[in-house]
Amino acid sequence: MSEQITGAESLVQSLERAGVEVMFGIPGGAILPAYDPLFDSSIRHILVRHEQGAGHAAEGYAAATGRVGVCMATSGPGATNLVTPIANAYMDSIPIVAITGQVPSASIGTDAFQEADIRGITMPITKHNFLVTDPAEIPRRIAEAFHIASTGRPGPVLVDIAKDALQARTTFDWPETIDLPGYRPVTRPHSKQVREAARLILESKRPVLYVGGGVLRARASAELRMLAELTGIPVVTTLMARGAFPDSHPQHLGMPGMHGSVAAVGALQQSDLLITLGARFDDRVTGKLSSFAPDAKVIHADVDPAEISKNRTADVPIVGDCREVIADLIVALQGDAHQAVEIDLGAWWATLNRLRETYPLGYDTPADGELAPQYVIERLGAIAGPDAIYTAGVGQHQMWAAQFVKYEKPDSWLNSGGLGTMGYAVPAAMGAKVGRPDTTVWAIDGDGCFQMTNQELATCALNDIPIKVAIINNGSLGMVRQWQTLFYESRYSNTTLHSKRIPDFAKLAEAYGCAGLRCETADDVDATIKEAMEINDRPVVVDFAVHQDAMVWPMVAAGTSNDEIMVARNLAPDWDREE
Amino acid sequence: MSRHTLSVLVEDQPGVLARIASLFSRRSFNIESLAVGPTEHSGVSRITIVVNVDELPLEQVTKQLNKLVNVIKIVELDPVQSVQRELMLVKVRADLETRSHVLETVALFRAKVVDVAPEAVTIEATGNADKLEALLRVLEPFGIRELVQSGMVGIGRGPRSITDRSMRSLDRSTA
Repeated sequence: MSEQITGAESLVQSLERAGVEVMFGIPGGAILPAYDPLFDSSIRHILVRHEQGAGHAAEGYAAATGRVGVCMATSGPGATNLVTPIANAYMDSIPIVAITGQVPSASIGTDAFQEADIRGITMPITKHNFLVTDPAEIPRRIAEAFHIASTGRPGPVLVDIAKDALQARTTFDWPETIDLPGYRPVTRPHSKQVREAARLILESKRPVLYVGGGVLRARASAELRMLAELTGIPVVTTLMARGAFPDSHPQHLGMPGMHGSVAAVGALQQSDLLITLGARFDDRVTGKLSSFAPDAKVIHADVDPAEISKNRTADVPIVGDCREVIADLIVALQGDAHQAVEIDLGAWWATLNRLRETYPLGYDTPADGELAPQYVIERLGAIAGPDAIYTAGVGQHQMWAAQFVKYEKPDSWLNSGGLGTMGYAVPAAMGAKVGRPDTTVWAIDGDGCFQMTNQELATCALNDIPIKVAIINNGSLGMVRQWQTLFYESRYSNTTLHSKRIPDFAKLAEAYGCAGLRCETADDVDATIKEAMEINDRPVVVDFAVHQDAMVWPMVAAGTSNDEIMVARNLAPDWDREE
Repeated sequence: MSRHTLSVLVEDQPGVLARIASLFSRRSFNIESLAVGPTEHSGVSRITIVVNVDELPLEQVTKQLNKLVNVIKIVELDPVQSVQRELMLVKVRADLETRSHVLETVALFRAKVVDVAPEAVTIEATGNADKLEALLRVLEPFGIRELVQSGMVGIGRGPRSITDRSMRSLDRSTA
């Protein structure tokens, strides 16, 4: 007979058995029993300032390390504060496990103090969730949660545990095997489909490797590079896949989509074969779906069968883990003799190279001498280099960070792509830094985003998590302002934040025990970034006061065709010029 | 749009019906009818769902259903290759004058009377949706006082069971 322990002890032991080294959370009434044994555990618990910070930190940790991120909160408001990061993890396929306390089982359904039906609330935004009222179930549910979160298409799993289950006496029985009859993700691709894909690739004239975040989640960057170099096919990496293929690689055309490069967008539009790897034809990539890549056949490989043919019908559907798919594709293309793959892409590359050379990413220096936000981000990427991790919030700064930082390595770019969660950058950077303490982590944030979650600077300062934050401060909700400029006759309704005046970000940083720097001119940018790079004993916040009217270009306006991409305001690219 | 009947085997876990219902509503599908009950395997329930959708969105919702961890298997029941039944209880006005006519109709449709009161009878009928609709049309002139209908349940024709293959591992794990 096993030793009798409390449900709370069983939970902590389960988390230890699941390999958890670190978790982010805040205690409260219903989860309180769990925090007592956690006090003696080998698990490092980082006390955050808001549960949303705990959730995004778990995501940042997971995305930077490939391990499952863990966050913990109490019932009611603690749990509901996790809703945004859980939804974010669901959209961007990030493996996290959220543990929440629930009111005692006898009180469930009575509108008890701090009761919220978090299992019901999170059903549509979790891969799976559990409500545990029987303490004996705790180890099995935790084991299942980690298994589900980390396998197949990764995602968030929530385990809600009633307080009385945490307090009751039970035994600890860790399951040796996991048997979920309704959960059997397919990772091995079907060989017939792979052969068919190889056949289409060899016949294609204008193929494109359309690479999404699934390639990063499958840790398939090396295989992708082999496939690209074997075939000579151009590569585009979506917002979620930046870093999956080196930006310096000559076959890389950049990011497609609403703010993608003309070469990447044009490549998709003119392609006759999309080799889609772990991407999901999101509306921000396709523009108006009916006019997206009209002449292309589609090979679509994804570990989630529901993504295949959801938005765009696939000619060759391949369900499987991207790493296995790409590896099998390489074998199928080479044949038994490992011969070289001959596809004549000369004319295709001539077209693409013309687009790339005619329409490179660029920006104007503001006439009034103010700082160009793009310049700040470009210099930051150059000085911090490809070994750093960059996180971003959502908006203009995010797009510029995706465009002007050069990513060479997987898992070096973490952002909120699917949900578009403002406030992601600082807590995600915190989680990434905890997971990879020897790596420089820069949060590139907007002044709007930063004010949503900057309280986690206190957590960073107190827990030796020296992240670096670059606030691209244009004093407004820049992306919304850009849309107001373009589509609402420059009527700036409720987008001016006055953040160049209030708050004083440098002073705020100092108040939080961080270093606070400010930079207002182009001449000071390099020196300020270098100064920030030198500070490693505490977090650094740099307030870059930038030009308010800078806009993100190119742009495909929402709901329009990718063919109507604008290189700058009222300036469309010339697609058809003869060579 | 066309009518489809899905037979969904699920683990008998709390919340599973809510998961399925919310998935349909989240993806803007209207459920026409839904019935849940136990199966020959303990711990496994079977949900029969009737939806009116096009082929492509049906494929998408089936894939989304398959992603639910508690969903073990989904089969679309072909109307010809399966037996599909609904249960209806209907309270019809029937006094001394009309009662015999009502009873005649009941016999004609092979339904049965399960309760009798001086001014009304309650009729139980089973069948497919068409048959029940036809019965209602005939009963309507007498005056329908109350009507309750179950969701449709269906089972494939022939000796095989849809639980055959998917249940093998489940039996092993509970053995």
